[in-house]
Amino acid sequence: MNVLLDHLPEFREGFIGTILLTLASGALAMVLGIVIAGFRVSPVPPLRFFGAAWVTLFRNTPLTVLFLVAWFVVPVIFMPGLSPWTKALLALGFYTSAFVCEAIRSGINTVPLGQAEAARSIGMTFFQTLRLIVLPQATRTVIPPLSSIFIALTKNSAIAGAFSVTELFGVQKLLSDKGFDIAWIFLWVALGYLIITFTISGLFRLLERRLGVAR
Amino acid sequence: MSANVLYDAPGPKARLRNRIYTVIGSLAVLGLIVFAVFRMHDKGQLEPEVWDIFNNAGVRNNIRDGLLSTLKVFALAGVLSLALGLLLSVGRLSDHRAIRWFATGFIELFRAVPLLITIYALWVLILTYQNDLGVIGENSAFWALVIGLTVYNGCVQAEVFRAGVNAVPRGQVEAGYALGLRKSQVMITLQMPQAIRSMLPTVISQLVVTLKDTSLGYIITYDELLFAARTMANNIIVNGENPITPVVIVVGAIYIVMCLALSSLATWIERRGSRAKTGIRVAAAAEPAEAPQVLDKPVSPVVPPTADSVAVAKEAASTEGATSTDGRTSTDGTADGAATADGGASEPPEDTPPPDLKK
Repeated sequence: MNVLLDHLPEFREGFIGTILLTLASGALAMVLGIVIAGFRVSPVPPLRFFGAAWVTLFRNTPLTVLFLVAWFVVPVIFMPGLSPWTKALLALGFYTSAFVCEAIRSGINTVPLGQAEAARSIGMTFFQTLRLIVLPQATRTVIPPLSSIFIALTKNSAIAGAFSVTELFGVQKLLSDKGFDIAWIFLWVALGYLIITFTISGLFRLLERRLGVAR
Repeated sequence: MSANVLYDAPGPKARLRNRIYTVIGSLAVLGLIVFAVFRMHDKGQLEPEVWDIFNNAGVRNNIRDGLLSTLKVFALAGVLSLALGLLLSVGRLSDHRAIRWFATGFIELFRAVPLLITIYALWVLILTYQNDLGVIGENSAFWALVIGLTVYNGCVQAEVFRAGVNAVPRGQVEAGYALGLRKSQVMITLQMPQAIRSMLPTVISQLVVTLKDTSLGYIITYDELLFAARTMANNIIVNGENPITPVVIVVGAIYIVMCLALSSLATWIERRGSRAKTGIRVAAAAEPAEAPQVLDKPVSPVVPPTADSVAVAKEAASTEGATSTDGRTSTDGTADGAATADGGASEPPEDTPPPDLKK
């Protein structure tokens, strides 16, 4: 109990760090995921190939390896002088983008072909079909998987703490190095993560209900 | 390319445009690859000496040993997590409130906490009581990793198994009780075999996650593939610096090959299972953490059932007269009510082709 009250600033900073990292890398993953999903469903073979390669690469690499790449390979080869936070953001965002891409792609694929054919046959253009027919339906199927992808992202962001980014795992490490009882630290850190994940799933459930339509 | 949801079958103009995009796209992808290779060359990462380290027997032995300890953790944690998963799923489905609540609490807690947090806490705990724990104490990082992976993946597997058990039609369970089977007999001989069969692709996909997560051993300095490779790279100096880039590339490739092999096994089983005409539907080979529909509604497809899935269900209904309960309720299972609303389930079996035609 005392661990929490005595180190409230550290816990608060770690908590906020986790939230910020999750939000930022979630946004990056969404943007990348949408772009790559667009590549994967495009009629242009090289782009489809690129999308498939991207997803295969990032889905089958352990996140720890990606962190090592971000820490020791990217600075050497591409751009030196990134801050640890940016590197963690890149690793988490790229990793999660593969899962986001797959969720969006399968969402698009669940829209029945007849819907798009009907839209085209009444003369809608490509963008009208996309905006009025495909995306509204795809969005609703994509929301539940996205919710668990973001929960997984929150949990994955713990690895960033091991690479000296301020967040909840970093707090656990710091305090247990100081010799506090690990059981209590674990409990409080776990509580922090529980709050974040429950918030995410609650928000997404709200979104689902707002968007829900009778079918 | 044929039509899909987004595009009609392309006409002459669209084909030309697509061909132009193909050229531009190929150039862009090639450009990216060339850029990466060029940068690597620029920073001296493609020098022969840098890659020559892999001809060294010591380096190869290090990688092999690391790989073996990764596989050791994976094998142990995989088996233990499956056992724990079975236990917890049965516990969560138990009729006894205390057991059910305990299992539910355990699953929800450890599934919500990041694996790394659990592993690290276990590691510190084991280190603290090192002297009292005997074998476990001597090999703290190894056991922390194994137990952590077991607990987390066991909880996920428990949810997967539970979804499978729930997908077994209620009528079968009732039939089992009517025949005089005991609760444990119904679970062991009736529900679990079907649950495991239908959930096998998902279970294997979660094993892929387990395999990937063994790399967390790097953080608690367990000597697995990643840590071994990193330590090795720190001890080698080529051209005045540590050859981290080639080592990470090689290790990453090893991980990718292992995960791809395992997940293609899952896809293979899924495809084989979806051809089967009897039993409950085989789940998709998706990681349960990323595909919640696998857990929530394992038997209901996201889209309304297609004509052929109803046909499959009908066929299941018409074959195997001996297990008519199986057939009837498996229609409910496969199409999840939607087909029943369509009248698919109540369709008389006459209009399906006789089963012996297939054989």
